[in-house]
Amino acid sequence: MASMIAELAWLLTLTRSHVIARRYFVVNGFDGALTMLGLLVGFYVSDEVRLPVVINACLGVAIALGMSGVSSAYISEVAEKRRELRELEKAMVADLGESAHGRAARLLPVFIACVNGVAPLAISLVILLPLWADPLLEPFSLLPLESAFATALLMIFLLGVYLGRISHTFWLWAGLRTLFVAAATTGLIFAISPG
Amino acid sequence: MVQITRILLDVLKPHNPNALDFTTSIAEKVPGCRIKLTVTAMDEKTETVLLMIEGENILFHLVSEVISSLGGSIHSIDEVDVENEPVDTEPA
Repeated sequence: MASMIAELAWLLTLTRSHVIARRYFVVNGFDGALTMLGLLVGFYVSDEVRLPVVINACLGVAIALGMSGVSSAYISEVAEKRRELRELEKAMVADLGESAHGRAARLLPVFIACVNGVAPLAISLVILLPLWADPLLEPFSLLPLESAFATALLMIFLLGVYLGRISHTFWLWAGLRTLFVAAATTGLIFAISPG
Repeated sequence: MVQITRILLDVLKPHNPNALDFTTSIAEKVPGCRIKLTVTAMDEKTETVLLMIEGENILFHLVSEVISSLGGSIHSIDEVDVENEPVDTEPA
């Protein structure tokens, strides 16, 4: 297991693919968080929606986001890595199938696809935690939908902070910027919802 | 016993791994060696390097395997130092 992780780390460094994986994580993670936020606000403005319905709908969307992330990234990354390998083989006038570059072309699309799928799924599941933990929240007078909404905002803020760290900008400003997107989304849903 | 103590190789390699990672990877697989890499030509996707490896007993097949696994290919063996220790002969 340790050698597999070391091999993966080496291949990521070799092909500079860690940057791609990081970008996918942030982009699709943000996608997942904002989608959950939209769903929660949508349920909030629709009165009298039962909690199991909210949980099932959100879970279904989270799984679909995960599957979509895995499949779309895998298809595009396999094509990209194969093209890169072919171009390198042409320049080297050699078959690189058994080299580190060949292994990277086979393994990295799987890894990047997993990152792209797991990011929205994991972030969505964290946002849904207050809905599952409703019986535990009751003694604290916390409402499940509102708590999940707050968790979604927190996740979106944290993704912004992470982006700020990557781009070496002030973390609070970066976090507030992503929160602004969340606020705009929420406002739009409230504005157009017929209820 | 015949031992290779120095070898100078002309190698074509992709830009990645870079010179540092390339030589470090070879050194990890060839214990007790000293490696010097000089870039002699640079292309869009590849570079030609002169790789000098010194050691007490360089196993060429091992060096060749590592270079191939890193995507490189040996163009030529430009210089070699080989030693054969004298056999101890007892006076009659």
